[in-house]
Amino acid sequence: MSLKFGIVVFPGSNCDHDSHYVAETILGQDARLIWHKESSLGDVDAVILPGGFSYGDYLRCGALARFSPIMKDVVRFAKNGGAVFGICNGFQVLVEAGLLPGVLLRNSSLKFVCKYVHLKVENSETLFTSQCQRGEVLEIPIAHGDGNYFTDLETLKRLEDRNQIVFRYCEETGAITEEANPNGSLSNIAGIINEQGNVMGMMPHPERASDPVLRHTDGRKVFNSIVESFVRQSQLS
Amino acid sequence: MYHSKILVTLRQSILDPQGKAVEHAAHSLGYERVRNVRIGKFVELNVDAASKEEAEKITKEVSEKLLANPVMEDFSFTIEKK
Repeated sequence: MSLKFGIVVFPGSNCDHDSHYVAETILGQDARLIWHKESSLGDVDAVILPGGFSYGDYLRCGALARFSPIMKDVVRFAKNGGAVFGICNGFQVLVEAGLLPGVLLRNSSLKFVCKYVHLKVENSETLFTSQCQRGEVLEIPIAHGDGNYFTDLETLKRLEDRNQIVFRYCEETGAITEEANPNGSLSNIAGIINEQGNVMGMMPHPERASDPVLRHTDGRKVFNSIVESFVRQSQLS
Repeated sequence: MYHSKILVTLRQSILDPQGKAVEHAAHSLGYERVRNVRIGKFVELNVDAASKEEAEKITKEVSEKLLANPVMEDFSFTIEKK
C-alpha cells in the first residue's frame, strides 16, 4: 500500500519539492504537488503545507496563503479528520487559518536563524511521532525569521494539559533551557498538534534531515511515523 | 466613496523586539528620552459604500478577518468621505 501525499504549492513556497522528494524518493510513497489555485485536494491521505515565503510574507507570514482557493478544501479535509502537516511557513499558515492555536511572531533576536537545533519529543503518541520515543532528542534544522511561538496563558495551559506540545527546543542532552531556544518561543515550543490529533505544525524542517546524503536523518522519523500510522490504521480496519 | 485609515498595533502584552531595537538606536543617536517604542502597520483603503455606517462595517470586518490577527494585534481606524 502506498500513502498518497498531497503537497500544496503557494506562490513563494520553496520547500515543496524537498517534501515531494522525501515522500516519493526517500519514503517510496505517492506524492503530488497541488497548486494553490486548485479548489480540490483530490484523492490524498495526507496533506503537507510546505515551508517557504508564501506571498512574500506580505502582511503577516501565512496571512494571505490562508485565503488561497485550496485552503477551503484543506480546512474541510482537516475538519473531517484528514492528516495535515505544516512545516515552517506551513505552520504559520495553519495558525492563520485557525487550524492550530497561537501565532508565530518575529524571532526575539530579530534575526533570521538557519541552523541545526535539538528537539525534544514531548508526545510520541501522535500520528506524526509514533516512530519516536517520548523524551527522544532529534537533530533537525530550522530556517526562519518568524518562529517565535506565542499564545495566551490559558491556551498554553490547555496545550500542556492535553499533551498538544509535540516538540520543544532543547539542549543535546534534552534539557529545556533558554539558551536552547533559538527564537524566543513561549515554553520553547517548536511544534504543536490540534486537539483531535490530525493537524500538526512545526517550525523545524524534517524534510531537510531525511536523506542520508545530508548526513542527518532524524527528520525521517516524522515522515515514517505518518506512513506507519496509516499502515497500522489500514490493518485495523 | 469613503477613505479608511487603519492602524494595526501589537497588543500591549506582546513583546516588540523591533520596537526595542529602534528604541536602542534612538538612544545611541542621543535621544535617551525616547521610551516604549512600538512598531505597527498603517493601512489605507477606499470603500465603495453608500453610507459611512456601511463603510465602517466593511472596514471593521476586513480588519478583523485580514488586516489584524487578534491573537497578537489590535486595530483602530478613521473614515472620511472622499
